[in-house]
Amino acid sequence: MPESLLQISGLDAYYGKSHVLQDVKLAVNHGELVLVVGRNGMGKTTLLRSILAFPPVKRRGSIVFEGCETSRMTTHRVAALGLGYVPQGRLLFPSLTVEEHLRFAASRSRGQEKAWTLKSVYDLFPELQQRSQVGGGRLSGGEQQMLAVARALVTNPTLLLMDEPSEGLSVQVIQRVKDVCRHLTSSGMAILLVEQNLDMALNLADRAYVFLNGQVVYEESGEEFRADRKRVRA
Amino acid sequence: MFLVKMCILNGFTLAALLFIVASGLTLSFSLMRVVNLSHGAFYLAGGFVGLSVLNASGSWLLAIGVAGIAIAVLALVEERFFLRWARGNDLIETLVSLSIAIIIGDLVLVIWGGYPKTIKIPEMLSGAVEIPILVVYYPVYRLFMLAMALVLGGGLWLFLKKTNLGITIRAGVDNFNMVAALGFNVKRIFTMVFALSGFLAGAAGVVGGTLMMLVVGEDWRILTLTLIVIIIGGLGSLIGTAVGALITGLAYSFATAYIPEFSLFILFLPVAVILSIRPQGLFGKEAA
Ligand SMILES: Nc1ncnc2c1ncn2[C@@H]1O[C@H](COP(=O)(O)OP(=O)(O)OP(=O)(O)O)[C@@H](O)[C@H]1O
Ligand SMILES: [Mg+2]
Repeated sequence: MPESLLQISGLDAYYGKSHVLQDVKLAVNHGELVLVVGRNGMGKTTLLRSILAFPPVKRRGSIVFEGCETSRMTTHRVAALGLGYVPQGRLLFPSLTVEEHLRFAASRSRGQEKAWTLKSVYDLFPELQQRSQVGGGRLSGGEQQMLAVARALVTNPTLLLMDEPSEGLSVQVIQRVKDVCRHLTSSGMAILLVEQNLDMALNLADRAYVFLNGQVVYEESGEEFRADRKRVRA
Repeated sequence: MFLVKMCILNGFTLAALLFIVASGLTLSFSLMRVVNLSHGAFYLAGGFVGLSVLNASGSWLLAIGVAGIAIAVLALVEERFFLRWARGNDLIETLVSLSIAIIIGDLVLVIWGGYPKTIKIPEMLSGAVEIPILVVYYPVYRLFMLAMALVLGGGLWLFLKKTNLGITIRAGVDNFNMVAALGFNVKRIFTMVFALSGFLAGAAGVVGGTLMMLVVGEDWRILTLTLIVIIIGGLGSLIGTAVGALITGLAYSFATAYIPEFSLFILFLPVAVILSIRPQGLFGKEAA
């Protein structure tokens, strides 16, 4: 099937009256890691929110995921089609323990095989198992990020939306997140990764989109993107 | 000394009633972030429905159950058909719940009339017993209310702590958009919590109507007391609601016994003090 997993075209997004995304066209294929870059305030987070209909974004245009037109669906219906969300700022639940986060999210798990269970995310992040009875508000930044990723994984998504997972993390933890991304794509999951930390994202990307003022200004293959960045640095 | 003892006991039993009423409002308020101003009307209507059921059937327990269910249905209709359209607009949501409160109050007046009524204490719970340490005689029914509030508090705590719906509600209180992003239908959860909150208010109407009189106007008095409880206790905290109910119950009981002309002042004093020290309430979480 040549069809993309996610196919966005003519997407406009708004916060109230302010028009943030303009005519965005973007695609993610099965098992691919697609990178979205752009400076602060260019609309990267808004793109991910638009895909999920996450308030307060309002959107118009076509968003086809797994063959379904989702632009008129509500958040929970889109999510249930197989989208996992690791939001900027993590948005954990302070009243829930680590374990409750995972059980709660796993109760919405889709897919027959259930590749990601509590056990397999604990294997991936042993730190979380040690902190399993701790509240979501009492974790370190790195632990919070692991929990945000784990919470998305146990729903067994086909496409993972990650918004600046390296934000506020040390070099070592960034390396862990990077390994996890590689592990996930090799297991067949697709990832749409928003990242400003190019050291992290550069080697991972199959393709990249560059956002400027709410529009896609470049679309490049991973090789082109890496070559460009080298040139910029030199 | 006798008056002090009585004030303490009455304060505790009023606190028990307030806790039963406020626990439902706390649930819906913390999840949806909108104060349901029809909660007092739910209480009053529940009391009158219970009264009619009791007159027809003679069963006080049946009265509680039917009143709870009737008001749960009323709450469900309010949420599903009125509040849902206004979601996200706090002002409109508040006005909708205010209008519904007024409409329910008027309907109660039309159906049950304007004379104060009380629900007869069931045979089993009538009379008084001596309380050992305090050496006073005290109505059995009031002690029963106290026990009921404790059981309800424990039950709700277990429900929120252990059940899937309880965990979903707690997560929703923290961030319901993120709950939706995990694939949960938050609208349905809102409706269920609202109906549960209505059930508690309706049942509380029967419990309260057996202690105090049922009359139009009582809906607003109960709403005011309930709001004070919630403001003191803080958003999203069951323990806060219990402590808020105790403070409000005791303050009200002592104030009406000793300085009735200042009772409103005494009632709002803890509100002012607590809000100036901890704006989020005693046990409320700081806004995320
Ligand atoms: N909730 C909101 N309400 C109104 N405007 C918003 C809201 N969130 C973002 N914006 C505006 O939309 C634009 C795009 O924001 P967005 O968060 O998508 O940027 P971003 O590319 O993710 O930036 P960053 O790298 O800093 O996270 C910005 O101009 C921002 O001010
Ligand atoms: Mg962003």
